[in-house]
Amino acid sequence: MTQYLALTYTADVDWWAPEQAAELAEYRQFAIDHADKIQASAVLHPTTTATVVRVEGARGGQVVTTDGPYAETKEALTGYYLIEADDLEAAVAIAAELPAARNGAVELRPVILARAAEAQ
Amino acid sequence: MYDAVAETVRIEGARILATLIRTVGDVQLAEDAVQEATLAALGAWPVTGVPPEPRAWLTVTARRKAIDIIRRERARAEKERQGSELLELSRPSTVTGDPAGIEAGQAADDDLLRLIFTCCHPTLSPPTRVALALRTLCGLSPAAIADVMLTTEAATAKRLTRARHKIAAANIPYRVPPEAELADRLPAVCAVIHGLYTSGHAPPDGEPAYNLDLCTEAIRLAELLHGLLPQQPMPTAVLALLLLTEARRPARLDADGEVVTLERQDRSLWDAAAIDRGIALLNDSLERSGRQADPYQLQAAIAAEHARAAVYSITDWREIVRLYELLLSVAPTPSAQLAHAVAVAETEGPEAGLALLAEQRGSRTHAVRAELLARLERYPEAIDELSRAEPATAAERRHQERRIEEFSRRSSSRGRC
Repeated sequence: MTQYLALTYTADVDWWAPEQAAELAEYRQFAIDHADKIQASAVLHPTTTATVVRVEGARGGQVVTTDGPYAETKEALTGYYLIEADDLEAAVAIAAELPAARNGAVELRPVILARAAEAQ
Repeated sequence: MYDAVAETVRIEGARILATLIRTVGDVQLAEDAVQEATLAALGAWPVTGVPPEPRAWLTVTARRKAIDIIRRERARAEKERQGSELLELSRPSTVTGDPAGIEAGQAADDDLLRLIFTCCHPTLSPPTRVALALRTLCGLSPAAIADVMLTTEAATAKRLTRARHKIAAANIPYRVPPEAELADRLPAVCAVIHGLYTSGHAPPDGEPAYNLDLCTEAIRLAELLHGLLPQQPMPTAVLALLLLTEARRPARLDADGEVVTLERQDRSLWDAAAIDRGIALLNDSLERSGRQADPYQLQAAIAAEHARAAVYSITDWREIVRLYELLLSVAPTPSAQLAHAVAVAETEGPEAGLALLAEQRGSRTHAVRAELLARLERYPEAIDELSRAEPATAAERRHQERRIEEFSRRSSSRGRC
């Protein structure tokens, strides 16, 4: 079993807007369909609500925040799913069912498990 | 002696690696072990002679090396899992009951297929698939791969390291796809093999640093894949295409290494046995597939049409045009468009060919347009087109220069009339 973070990149939508309701329902249905494989998931507020945090200099330095996302891109990070799958092929099959795979893109990133990281 | 040893090691390497990857579950570890076994063989065999069962010797040695490596790296992550593998590894193979621990027959074939499908996995980029295939299936060094992929050894080594890391971290499965998925997965594998052959067929300029024939390697892989999956039409068609193309290779260059175009080739130099086998394989592939022909079947069918014509003048250009039209409907590549225009020029005249090329760009387009313009005796335009072509090889450059001279000669003699 490998854990994958499936990051959805789509138009920078406001999920609470009424015109998003139908698509949001699709994401909910996806989460229900794969409940046994999904460890955690969320949809995100639009990037206009984002804040980037940096600390200047060493630890304990001045906290500097900027308004907006880390990177301005055409397609924004709009949600994530932490998926557990047998292998990459199985993860691809699940990710392909996300609406974002049709109208944007899904990035699959294998997760380093804390236990394995400690053993290093 | 050394070369014979190196060649045995390289050819046997892929099978040994394939089996070892399954037993240790780690591409990098298996490759390191095979590498160490290879070095041991290259050290020992010139002195002791090649053992009667070279693969057995290498397999046993590679397993021992893998155990050594695991011992050395025991402190690293997942030591429990690898610890149990260590036990598995030191035990002789229980699958075949072979005391030397050599996977034979079906088991070894399955391992090799797994390796092929993993190297050519759709989640890896196409150049990475090619590099992995050359490394693990053909046993080439990163330096030799860099040479054929027109890049540096450092970049190739980095690409291979990243690929192995992705295979391990993202858990790309090491298995043969189920029957139902084969149709989806075979095109990536076939594209790697066909791509290898194509890059071997048009080698880059200059003397190659490695005495390596990519066409031979590609045909070896095509034979291998067809041998492993004889029922599958696509690998059969790839092998047919490569054999039919390779059959004409002896006639492509003359004794001085100059390019000989199709209409001037000495057809007695064509490899008749390879042509017969290619045509038989093509027919077999067509019989096994559904109605829609795939691009390899169509290209093989075109190659077969040329191969069937005993002399250039009896080439069935109408059939070739028809096949190119089918090819363009399934795989509209620039080179197919170009070849289609050439065939149309043969059936309907140079103007019709030129009309099809009006929108086309690229070096080879200039060269083809130049030949068609010359047939219409429009020499100044032909010379202009041909000087815009950028030949990839020295032989092609000499051919270009010769043609430009010829066109200017004809142009001026026409002017005097």
